[in-house]
Amino acid sequence: MKTNPRTAPQRGFHFDYLMWLFTRLSALAMYLLAIAAILAALLMSARQNMTVADLMRWAFMPNPNHVANTNIPDIEAWKGIFWQVMGILMLFFAGAHGLHGLLNVLEDYISRTWVRNFLRGLVLLVWVFMSAIGIYVILTS
Amino acid sequence: MGLKRNVGLMEGLRYQGKGPMLTYILHRIGGLGIVLFVALHILASFLSNQAWGTSAGIFINAIYEHWLFQIFIFFCALFHAINGLRIVILDLWPVLIEYQREAIWLEWFVFLPIYGIALIVIIRGGLGG
Repeated sequence: MKTNPRTAPQRGFHFDYLMWLFTRLSALAMYLLAIAAILAALLMSARQNMTVADLMRWAFMPNPNHVANTNIPDIEAWKGIFWQVMGILMLFFAGAHGLHGLLNVLEDYISRTWVRNFLRGLVLLVWVFMSAIGIYVILTS
Repeated sequence: MGLKRNVGLMEGLRYQGKGPMLTYILHRIGGLGIVLFVALHILASFLSNQAWGTSAGIFINAIYEHWLFQIFIFFCALFHAINGLRIVILDLWPVLIEYQREAIWLEWFVFLPIYGIALIVIIRGGLGG
C-alpha cells in the first residue's frame, strides 16, 4: 500500500481546529440550553407536576411531547416558537457535535484516504438528513 | 494517510493508561451510545408521525424504552456530560491541566452517586416497582 506522509498541522484557523473548538463550545452551549430549559420548567410549575426523569427529558429536548405524560395541567406554555427555536438549537449543537465525534472515532481506525473522504461525505449527508427530519418533528409536534 | 501504528488489538487492550485512559475510552463509548440513541429517537419520532411508518416507529421506541437500554444510555449520557465538562474546562484553561488527576477523581465523585441513585430507580421500575 502506497502511503502518503501526513502533512504537518497548519497554524492558525483551519477546519480541524475550528471543529475542535466547536466541539468544546457546543458542549457548553448544550449545558446552557439544558439549564435554561430546567429553570424555565421549574418556573412553569414542574416542581409539583413532573418527576425528575420527565424534567431531564424536557431538559435535553424541550418538546411538548416530553411533557404530555406528566401532570402539567396546561401544556400551552410549553409549546410555541420559543421552545421550537430552543429545540432546533439543541438539535443543531447535538447533531454537529455528535456526528463530528463519530467521524473522529472512525478516522482513528481508518487510514485509507479515499475511505476517509467517503466517510466524511457520508457523515455530512447523514447530518443533513437527520437534521431535516428532526426539525420536521420539532415543528410538527 | 500513512497512519501506521503497529499495535494490535490485544496489545492495545493491555495498555496500562490508568485513570485518564479509562475516561477516554468511556467517553468514546458514551459518545457513540448517545449518537445511536439520538438517531434512533429522531427516526422513531419521525416514523410515528407518518401513517406508513407508525408500526416501525413503535418498534424502535420499544428498543430504547426498555430498562436495560435505559441503564446503558443513562451511563453514556451522564458520563459523557460530566467527563465532557472536565475536558472543556481543562482545554479552555490549559493551566489547569496540572490538576487533571484530581479533576478525574472529582468527576467520579460526582458521577457515581448520581448514577447509583438512577440505577436503583431504573432497576426498580424495570422489575415492576
